[in-house]
Amino acid sequence: MAETLHAGTRIRDRRNARGLRQAELARICEISPSYLNLIEHNRRRIGGALLLRIASALETDPAALSEGAESTLTSALDAAASAHGAIATERDRIEEMATRFPGWARLIAAQHGEAQRLEQVVERLDDRLTHDPFLSASMHNVLTSVTAIRSASGILASGETLEPEWQARFHRNIYEDSQRLADATETLVGYLDSDAATGERGSLPQEDLEHWLASRNWRISELEGRGGDHDRILARATELQTPAARDLARRFLTRYEADARQLPEARLREALQDGAKPGRIATALDIPLPVVFRRLATLEPGAFASTRPFGLVGCDASGTLIFRKPIPGFEPPRYGGACPLWPLFRALQQPMVLFDETLTIGGRDRLSFDVQALAEVHYPAGYSEPAALTSWMLIRDSARGDSAREAIPAGITCRVCAETNCPTRREPSVFAEISSTAL
Amino acid sequence: MSERRVLLIEDEPNIIEAIRFILSRDGWRVDTHSDGETALDTVRRKSPDLVILDVMLPNRSGYDILNDLRADEATRSLPVLMLTARGQKKDRDLAERLGVNRFMTKPFSNGEILATVRELVG
Repeated sequence: MAETLHAGTRIRDRRNARGLRQAELARICEISPSYLNLIEHNRRRIGGALLLRIASALETDPAALSEGAESTLTSALDAAASAHGAIATERDRIEEMATRFPGWARLIAAQHGEAQRLEQVVERLDDRLTHDPFLSASMHNVLTSVTAIRSASGILASGETLEPEWQARFHRNIYEDSQRLADATETLVGYLDSDAATGERGSLPQEDLEHWLASRNWRISELEGRGGDHDRILARATELQTPAARDLARRFLTRYEADARQLPEARLREALQDGAKPGRIATALDIPLPVVFRRLATLEPGAFASTRPFGLVGCDASGTLIFRKPIPGFEPPRYGGACPLWPLFRALQQPMVLFDETLTIGGRDRLSFDVQALAEVHYPAGYSEPAALTSWMLIRDSARGDSAREAIPAGITCRVCAETNCPTRREPSVFAEISSTAL
Repeated sequence: MSERRVLLIEDEPNIIEAIRFILSRDGWRVDTHSDGETALDTVRRKSPDLVILDVMLPNRSGYDILNDLRADEATRSLPVLMLTARGQKKDRDLAERLGVNRFMTKPFSNGEILATVRELVG
């Protein structure tokens, strides 16, 4: 209904733009001028053969008169008006507004879209304050210190006579809390600054660690072939701004050093020269396969027989990604869950079973990746305590033509996956949203 | 008139000291407790006229404690003043749903806390 009524205004505008009189257009289209007048004032519906005749007379596409961007534009204007219900707008003239002043209409629609986007950013930041444990704890520390200082200084400044012992106690408390406040503020500022410096919205400790590792090509050369001083390595890691990130990095270094001891680089290179695959290397050298995965991910492209780099992802028993080394075309998501079709997650259901598959990722230009996944069980606090499960997946782009097996279509994460018929989809793709909301 | 008693459940020593000082000077007897898990036992044992309850406590959240206080006939109408560093609407809504009498966000002033305590047990 809206589109046909809308068409009248468009017909009138195009006729005027072409310098045609109403009677002239009516004559060409073999209708009466009064009938065309009713159409142009949106008081008669139009469609079918008559729409084709008018479009032909105006030398335009019928679709340009009956449908198209303007109908979306009126919807956007309607949404903008609804969002500000307190402002009296001429809602019954939205179509006229969109047709007569398309530029202004698009501006209003764009500003409404931008306002919605900013509201979503605020929501996300609010959500982050709630769910980012580091930010939340830092804010708690700051506010608690401020409260204690405010209370103690309020008592001292009240003018009431205090016993010297109490005076000393509150002075000491203020000193202690101001120290704590300074530390908490410094940590918080460092955390927020690191966000601003990277231009990224939500730098979490894990991201800081990965950023640091990426800057080193995912390789800690100080720990290759010998034990290294972790504190010294970390002292130069300017990317690791927060205690949480440094703690993660410390744990990473401990694992890296242990892996390097089990599988020194020289032995790894030697095995690769022979063309051995990860499983064979693990068997031949009697070391756990995840160690081989992690060691392969430390190799720089060109440092061994092939130039194809290895990517690596790890997750814990909850499916949360705890390690993400991307390779071109396969960049694990920073926010939200990954594609449930990755064997990384299926491996959690069958620990110590190797999943060796080929995945295809992407839309039209699908890329193939050979992946191997294996979950390991370990008891970090001893066998009397609950077991921990960690799954690792080694990723490598498929060498052209060497993969005879059938590839499994997969994605990175639902939000950016164009696969339309995926039975495991968790949420709609932004591609679908864009195509349905584009002006 | 018997002595009015406040139980302060808070784990920050300097905040405890300041609140204890302010209320003591106003004639309140102030007992303190710092652990979330055993807080309910202390409430039952001390039978205070008012509980000042921090949200973020070791081992158990102030919200859980408030929920249990409201579920127990003996403490259902006990006035509870909640203190928190998180003053978002959803935090306040949750506290109100659970039956808090007053919700105060940090940083608060000495005057505010004193006036609120007096009002709740007035």
